[in-house]
Amino acid sequence: MKKDNPKAWRNDAYAKVTGRARYTDDVKFPFMLHAVPVYSDFVSAKIVSIDTSDAEKSEGVVKVLTHKDVPGTNRFGQIIKDFRIFAEDRIFYNGDVIAFVVADTRANAIKAAGLVKLEAEAVPSILDPERALEPDCPLVHEEHGSNIINEHRVRRGNIEDGFKNSGLILEEVFQTQFVEHAYMEPEVAICNPRHDGVMEVYASMQHPFSTRRFVNAVLGGRLADVEVISTPMGGGFGGKDDTVSIVAARTALAAKLTGKPVKCSYAREWSIRESYKRHPYRIYYKMGFTKDGKIKAVKTKIIADGGAYCSVTPWVTWRSTVQCCGPYQVENVHCDTYGVYTNNVVTGAMRGFGSPQMNFVVESMIDIAALKLGINPIEIRRKNMVRQGSITITGQKLDNHKVALEETLNTVLDEFDYESKYKKCSFGKSDADELYGVGLAMSYRGMSLGAEGTDFNSAIINVQPDGSILLETGIHENGQGSESAMCLILARELGVSLDRIRYRRPSTSNIPDGGTTVASRGTVMGGGAVVLAVKKLKEKIAEFINKHHGNAAGNAVFKDDEIICGKDKHKFDDVISSMYRNQEYPHVFGVFRGPKVTWNEENGQGDAYFSWTYGCQAIELTVNRKTGKVKLLNAIAAHDAGKAANVQMTLGQFYGGMAMGIGYGLLEEVKMKDGVITNTNFNSYRLPRSTDLPEMKAVIIENPDPNSPSGAKGIGEPTNELMAPAIANAIFNATGKRYFQLPIRVEVSGEEDLNQ
Amino acid sequence: MRMTVNRKLIEVPDSMKGRKLVEYLREELGLTGVKNACEMKSCGACAVLVNNKSFRICNALVKDVENCELLTIEGMESEDGTLHPLQQAFIDFGAIQCGFCTPGMVLTAHAFLLGNNEPTREQIRKALQSNICRCTGYLQIIDAVEAASAFYRK
Repeated sequence: MKKDNPKAWRNDAYAKVTGRARYTDDVKFPFMLHAVPVYSDFVSAKIVSIDTSDAEKSEGVVKVLTHKDVPGTNRFGQIIKDFRIFAEDRIFYNGDVIAFVVADTRANAIKAAGLVKLEAEAVPSILDPERALEPDCPLVHEEHGSNIINEHRVRRGNIEDGFKNSGLILEEVFQTQFVEHAYMEPEVAICNPRHDGVMEVYASMQHPFSTRRFVNAVLGGRLADVEVISTPMGGGFGGKDDTVSIVAARTALAAKLTGKPVKCSYAREWSIRESYKRHPYRIYYKMGFTKDGKIKAVKTKIIADGGAYCSVTPWVTWRSTVQCCGPYQVENVHCDTYGVYTNNVVTGAMRGFGSPQMNFVVESMIDIAALKLGINPIEIRRKNMVRQGSITITGQKLDNHKVALEETLNTVLDEFDYESKYKKCSFGKSDADELYGVGLAMSYRGMSLGAEGTDFNSAIINVQPDGSILLETGIHENGQGSESAMCLILARELGVSLDRIRYRRPSTSNIPDGGTTVASRGTVMGGGAVVLAVKKLKEKIAEFINKHHGNAAGNAVFKDDEIICGKDKHKFDDVISSMYRNQEYPHVFGVFRGPKVTWNEENGQGDAYFSWTYGCQAIELTVNRKTGKVKLLNAIAAHDAGKAANVQMTLGQFYGGMAMGIGYGLLEEVKMKDGVITNTNFNSYRLPRSTDLPEMKAVIIENPDPNSPSGAKGIGEPTNELMAPAIANAIFNATGKRYFQLPIRVEVSGEEDLNQ
Repeated sequence: MRMTVNRKLIEVPDSMKGRKLVEYLREELGLTGVKNACEMKSCGACAVLVNNKSFRICNALVKDVENCELLTIEGMESEDGTLHPLQQAFIDFGAIQCGFCTPGMVLTAHAFLLGNNEPTREQIRKALQSNICRCTGYLQIIDAVEAASAFYRK
């Protein structure tokens, strides 16, 4: 038990631990109707007709919607507008929705959904992304003109020379799997057509502004006609953007056409069937080293299965491209990345966002090279790792923040007693039944969105006449504790007590669009906006004191609910009350604009991210040589969090990220048979449970980031991107066998694999 | 039929006996702390106490709990609103993130601690195996349960 850690603080903890927190499915409106989606058995097909007449006659049914009912646009998306909100003349994947049944009860809607008749002709499906890339392959989306969704590249140095000067050249192929986010709360939306003509939307979403865009596109109005209101939500991990926005858009249409509030609450099977996943990657990786272990060249081809629709595949694969050599200095790099359409389930954003796949490859390759060269795996990392002032593979100089990679590595080595554990590894040579191994991996990660998007966020601080404070930011509470982090940063920066702060329930009709709560950017961008808003508020208050009491501006100190100006002390409450009496509003709007980033798509060079974060993780395990069963003993993570706003919640990001990384390495896989997902619930989709996980140690390293006003770095994703390669390396160090595919299934000759 | 929910005797109309218990608790009694997440007893989000034992009730019908005593998350705190020490431990140890698994997790841990007030961490892990949490990696939940066990020894 961690007695030395401070108690956690969350503004929503009481509501959540007592069952009072009202998630979307817990909310009811008078006269509310219920809607459910209708799927087809097809993976790829031409639609001849959709007959809803029997369904419409079914008990309790109010309306059955198809694409013909959409007044706005039926095709939408964040990058390419290819998502079909309702299937039109084609089925592109097994999760396509052909109709939407609206009834008095959910049970009646489900009953009627089975009565919708589809006539369609199957079209051969394209399920292998490499087949999709062949010139003679039919197109998934003919209007796109190609099965390639997007390409990215890096061209640096001279790749031929690099390999010519390499004493060791390694070439391997890696394959990763589809992964389900498995947020505990499935997709759900309620849309309420308000008397003022505004469509009010409540949903389990992590990007209310994206949800608003999808809803608005389908309804065909203007953004101000839709108000999306934040509601407690049961987890996102990158997965609550496109799919739930589409669910909300369909529900809004049902509400608009029936004139009644409508709820659509997904069953787990629908959620796993329709929602986008983490991309499976096939990665061809060629790496050249000098005999003494210096990386000379990397040539890689990355093929990401984008599934049936684009979603955010271009952004995901961009991060993979920028980080394709891991945290190492490489002078000669040639990287080609392809996002590819297939008829598989859609893939999109998931915690890690293109990095877990690459780190699995790079950190495996480094260990393979160390063994071949007879160099200790730690030493080979030290020889190549980025350090203060290093140039990244995209030509960015790392000099505007502390490059703490070696600090995280050394922390793990010390705290885990790694080197002595490493000496005890079996390497497949022990006679014992339990083979012992320890493995390690490290990474750097570009902070926030980088050159993939416009990066800014805002905060509104609205101090009330009695000194209580309303705070709102453009960051969404997904469960990670962002509201709490914002409140803590406000209290810290303004020198006021936490209990006077209330986080206002955010609405897209109040705070401006600040982008999505992804990319581990919540505390960095939203927290940054809070810091800058507080700065404005302090200036405003100091100016007021100066005007009315004299001698304050410039030297006012805000501390312990007081404002100290030289010898004068003013109570915060008194000053605020006085401001109101004098017609001055203590109301401020703060904006944090992400520092400039650059990118050249032609050669893949540029200052890709405005700052970087660093981390290292290790794991200790045994593998039973007879059964292949992997037992995890202990794990550790050290990451530079910049400045932790809420220590217990930061630790929670570490542990949760490590757990999800362990699932990625050993357990999780969305299984497909001919384009149909076969494990659509938690009895067959294997998630990490308490008994699967080892004791974990988390070490928060704090080097406040000068580019982040609150000092914080993003930590949600770095913690999730290292366990799979650490496990792969540990399993090698235990068994002497290298695995190139995730999840790792330890092979035991002639015996059943117990990890399945 | 009759049952007791959170220490209150409930007269259940006959028409409700065939209804799903989760729906009845959520829709008729307003006890929305009971969650639906898999509807096949795989995740534990629907766990409540029936006669002081933790059950995943998503497949149960109302009539299955005739004459039983149910405890949902809404009944964990005392009458005056003071949190149960186990609930307070969940808060203090950072065991709550999205909160969707929290009611089932607290109740499963409560039932476990009623039967074993000096558990090892391994035993706690085993007790919570039936409940999925996707956010926390379970570690702070285990910390909370371990710390709260002291209360059950009193």
